[in-house]
Amino acid sequence: MAFDNVCVVVPAYNESQVIATTVSDLRKVFSRIVVVDDGSSDDTADLALAAGAAVVRHPLNRGQGAALQTGFDYFLQHTPADLCVTFDGDGQHRVEDAATMVTIAADQALDVVLASRFLGRTEDMPASRRLLLRAAIRFSRVATQLPLTDTHNGLRVLSRNALRKVRLTHDRMAYATELEVAISKHELSWAEVPTTVVYTEYSRARGQTNSNAINILFDLASNRIRSSR
Amino acid sequence: MIIKILLIAGAIAFGFLFVRRPGAGGHLALRRVLGLMVVVGGIFAVLFPEAVTAVANAVGVGRGTDLVLYVLVMVFLFTSVSLYQRISTLDEQITQLTRHLALLTAREDPVDQKPGHE
Repeated sequence: MAFDNVCVVVPAYNESQVIATTVSDLRKVFSRIVVVDDGSSDDTADLALAAGAAVVRHPLNRGQGAALQTGFDYFLQHTPADLCVTFDGDGQHRVEDAATMVTIAADQALDVVLASRFLGRTEDMPASRRLLLRAAIRFSRVATQLPLTDTHNGLRVLSRNALRKVRLTHDRMAYATELEVAISKHELSWAEVPTTVVYTEYSRARGQTNSNAINILFDLASNRIRSSR
Repeated sequence: MIIKILLIAGAIAFGFLFVRRPGAGGHLALRRVLGLMVVVGGIFAVLFPEAVTAVANAVGVGRGTDLVLYVLVMVFLFTSVSLYQRISTLDEQITQLTRHLALLTAREDPVDQKPGHE
């Protein structure tokens, strides 16, 4: 495989139903996968290990942002890979999309490749989620000054150079905006690629609630106030 | 009239505390001094209720109980923010500790992973 220089980081929290499938699907294309088990109370870690992933386990649940940063640290310290793919554990992304994005990142020497479900196709997205995401995208555009077409999409490709510069401090979901702000702050080269997100019964039940948008906004605001001193 | 200046000054001080980066040792000292003042002031107010009214009148508040309420509000706001910041700092530290521990105990399948690594 041409993807030996890639490491896939999969944040997972209580995903024992799907994690084995997610890992083995990824294994067909990528040789190096690390699952960050964010303090699951089920056997997500063991299943991921058995499916052929390296496993880093948070003893306590710290949130997806914290899990991703742990994955990034693992990537930087324990692998020689050049590109890092982030891929949600719940199976809502497609491995083909990840492979396409890696190819684009490598060919164009980009620091960041983001997946966009609005440039691409979205299957069975609930209407309320669509509305909320539209608002979130507008917010991200204002916050980052980047012409984004999607946000809070768990599928991304990040270069080693990008990960050396980015440090996620938001433990929960607000990290997505933090990452976008870092792209514009460090002037990283980036692109968006159309991808498909499949909203299955499972991913809908496991995914974020719409009301969590309020928590995200609160986290961002309080962090901005504190860091402005 | 004086109470207005005092309360506004208190509100501004509160704003500064909110914006300030938590973690400095001054917070703890301030919290303890404030706590001590509340204890001493409280005993004083119980022993000499009419003195509280006198102080209240001196700063332009009608009744001693009103002054006590104002002070209580300020102390409560300060305590809340100070605790909130303390918890945020602890949260950050717990995450760092969790991450460190997780990376130390990383497990990988020795056969398939990392071709050519190490």
